[in-house]
Amino acid sequence: MIAVALWSVAVLLALALAGVVLSTRPRGSVILYGGCLLTTSTLCVTALAHLLYFPQMTPSATLPIGLPWLGAHFRLDALSAFFLVVVNLGGAAASLFAVGYGSHEESPGRVLPFYPAYLAGMNTVVLANDAFSFLVAWEFMSLTSWALVVSHHREAENVRAGYVYLLMASFGTLTLLLAFGLLASGAGYDFDAIRASHPSAALAGTVMILALLGAGSKAGLVPLHAWLPLAHPAAPSHVSGLMSGVMTKVAVYGFVRIVFDLLPEPVWWWSVVVLLVGGPTATLGVLYALMQRDIKRLLAYSTIENIGIIFTGLGLALAFKAQGLDWVAALALTAALLHVFNHALFKSLLFFGAGAVLEVTGERDMEKLGGLIHRMPKTAFVMLVGCVAISALPPFNGFVSEWLTFQAILLSPQLPNWGLKLIVPAVGGLLALAAAFAAACFVKLYGISFLGRPRSDVAASAHETDRFSLVAMFALAALCLVAGILPGLFIDALAPVSKAMVGNVMPHQTGLDWMTIVPIAESRSSYNGLLVLLFVALSGMAAASAIHRLASDRLRRAPAWDCGYPDPNPAIQYSASSFSQPIRRVFGSVIFAAREIGEMPPPLSPAPARLAVDMRDLIWDVLYAPIAKVVGVVTERINMLQFLTIRSYLTLVFAALIVLLLVVAL
Amino acid sequence: MSSLQFDIAHLLAGSLVLASFMMLYQDRLYALLNVYALHAGVLALSVAWQAYVQHAPHLYVTALIALVFKAIIIPVALHRIIRRLGIHREIENVIGVGLTMMAGIGLVALAMVVMLRVTSGADALAREDLAFALSVVLLGLLIMVTRRNAVSQVVGFMSLENGLVLAATGAKGMPLVVEISVAFSVLIAFIVIGIFLFRIRERFDSVDVQALDRFRGERR
Repeated sequence: MIAVALWSVAVLLALALAGVVLSTRPRGSVILYGGCLLTTSTLCVTALAHLLYFPQMTPSATLPIGLPWLGAHFRLDALSAFFLVVVNLGGAAASLFAVGYGSHEESPGRVLPFYPAYLAGMNTVVLANDAFSFLVAWEFMSLTSWALVVSHHREAENVRAGYVYLLMASFGTLTLLLAFGLLASGAGYDFDAIRASHPSAALAGTVMILALLGAGSKAGLVPLHAWLPLAHPAAPSHVSGLMSGVMTKVAVYGFVRIVFDLLPEPVWWWSVVVLLVGGPTATLGVLYALMQRDIKRLLAYSTIENIGIIFTGLGLALAFKAQGLDWVAALALTAALLHVFNHALFKSLLFFGAGAVLEVTGERDMEKLGGLIHRMPKTAFVMLVGCVAISALPPFNGFVSEWLTFQAILLSPQLPNWGLKLIVPAVGGLLALAAAFAAACFVKLYGISFLGRPRSDVAASAHETDRFSLVAMFALAALCLVAGILPGLFIDALAPVSKAMVGNVMPHQTGLDWMTIVPIAESRSSYNGLLVLLFVALSGMAAASAIHRLASDRLRRAPAWDCGYPDPNPAIQYSASSFSQPIRRVFGSVIFAAREIGEMPPPLSPAPARLAVDMRDLIWDVLYAPIAKVVGVVTERINMLQFLTIRSYLTLVFAALIVLLLVVAL
Repeated sequence: MSSLQFDIAHLLAGSLVLASFMMLYQDRLYALLNVYALHAGVLALSVAWQAYVQHAPHLYVTALIALVFKAIIIPVALHRIIRRLGIHREIENVIGVGLTMMAGIGLVALAMVVMLRVTSGADALAREDLAFALSVVLLGLLIMVTRRNAVSQVVGFMSLENGLVLAATGAKGMPLVVEISVAFSVLIAFIVIGIFLFRIRERFDSVDVQALDRFRGERR
């Protein structure tokens, strides 16, 4: 198993080298993405087989690379296998999508070599079993994704996004480095040795905070999220899908691996920290998303929301575990991991859909789209599935994982600790608010871009995207449905992971009548996706037939949203900004310091009246701008070193040598 | 090893350090080259003595290489370059002789302390030898740092390389292949630097590396 996984990673690296050559060939991108598709599918099937059939086995391998006295350790256990499935399912879907989508790439030489390397990096992070390999793979993943972010480097915005991303990625790696440094102080860099060691409570707490910072900066936890909505949309769309759907999950993996696996038993205050970061992340992320006009940026902010939900689940698992309620911890952890899987599915799907729209219209701005459901009916259908799934509506998969998270929240009265007893329901309230906003957000996305009438010529002349992209999107949409109506299968597959991480499992789900899932006990609550699907389908059909039967069945076509005017201009439709205006008025004035600036011309003047909205990201102003300033000043000083004379350089080298010798001598 | 053999090896390695010191204060290029030739000659002697002491005939080849290339061919070639460039009358204002010598003494002391501490397990000859070799390397670097003329920087570099050869022969059992490759690398470096000198000269009418800095438009 591990050999297959490592060889696949090697194949991906070889493909990265081949990408340099292939990028100059006309059909090169098809060959390369085809190769990536085959490799990631192999990896995905291998990992799935491991997770389903041999979850107790932990094959490991040591390669003679890396630090000479350590080597590179790799291991495949249930947790890595699950995340390998997520990474490679996303990778396979993105590769299939890119077989069609990638042929439109203007500068393939900037994408093709880095794409397989990026996949290889993510897989290696998940497989690594010592701190050194983990950090190297982590940094490799960051750097290759950075190269993909700046692949369209002619747009100044992308370059800035790349710069901010690079800084934040370095920050994240630095904190993880410190975390592993502290962990390794008593044991060494091998994860097996770290597991066996017994760090003190203070040290473990510090490591937890550092891991939260490091993984959180990669995953996009508020307030470390500011780079994410810049960087994720800047990359080509299939890479955006991977970054949002998969790479943030690799960050989650890093957090779970360190906090649940490497550290000893959790302390209750850890969960308070995680919950107080996770809940606000969910709400703020979706509020930001709701304010966006750019489709891909909206999706990126929505990723922040979902990461908030996942971290809330992890925080709950920590809380219940620390208080000795293993069986609820298993529920919360399973919910979080299931959401990891689900979010990877529908966020990739949505980014691919946005990519298809971007490819045929050249527009990411919703205010210039509209009416695409007529020109791109298939894309519109899968986007609808994705929007419903991410809004957590049954019978799709998003509902299941959020519902399970709420089931864990509802058990909070059983917690003995009063602080947690009060905090958990508050966080639950935040999650509920976030879920409602998410629905509004995706009604906006779908309604403004796909319904109504085209707001620009490019939207009016759009056409359906290519076959491969559609197959990839339909496959993801089908998986969203399957995971929604048969969640029991997925919950049972996660049992070995939760057994290894929190020491307990959820009740066995498959085999219950009608594929119901029962997270705790029959008497409390249960959910049956199949019945909900049947109910939705039947009531939908009944409503449709009633309308056709009772109302006039004459087909009549009229302009959409004409508001009763005879010759409507597309501009009088609901716009993205007007849709979100009520929510902006309620929340925005505080959170975004939003101001509406109305400009009325003087009476009798024919000049147009204007209404502009000014919004600021307060976190950016308070946290990022000062840091950026300091970094700028310091680098300006250090930059002087680049313009010294040859002799000065020689002298510097000489001085460094002397200093080192002095260190040895004294 | 008898104490006489040890003393002679010690004497030769010490002479190499002495020659390095002599190079430090030569402010005329010809004089510098002559001292360099002496430096390489002493190195050849020292290597030959090691060959005799260690009963390692291949070290005689190394000694021969040192003698032919470093003590004869390279100095002669550099002489010609200097003459063709017409800089044989130039005097380099070395940073005050006293100061340079003080720095050199400090470096030798440092090399002794470091090496005697690090190699406490090795046999006496190797320890002394390595300490002297490190001194020669550091002095070579000092020459490079204190000179402004490209030719004298080249000479400083080659004296540094002599120190490396001394260290290598002091350690028993270094295969000849390595030495030949080292010799060739120096030869190549010499050729490349020679070509560079002429190119610099063509461009700037000078081999003073300050001309390069001026060309890059920078303050010193």
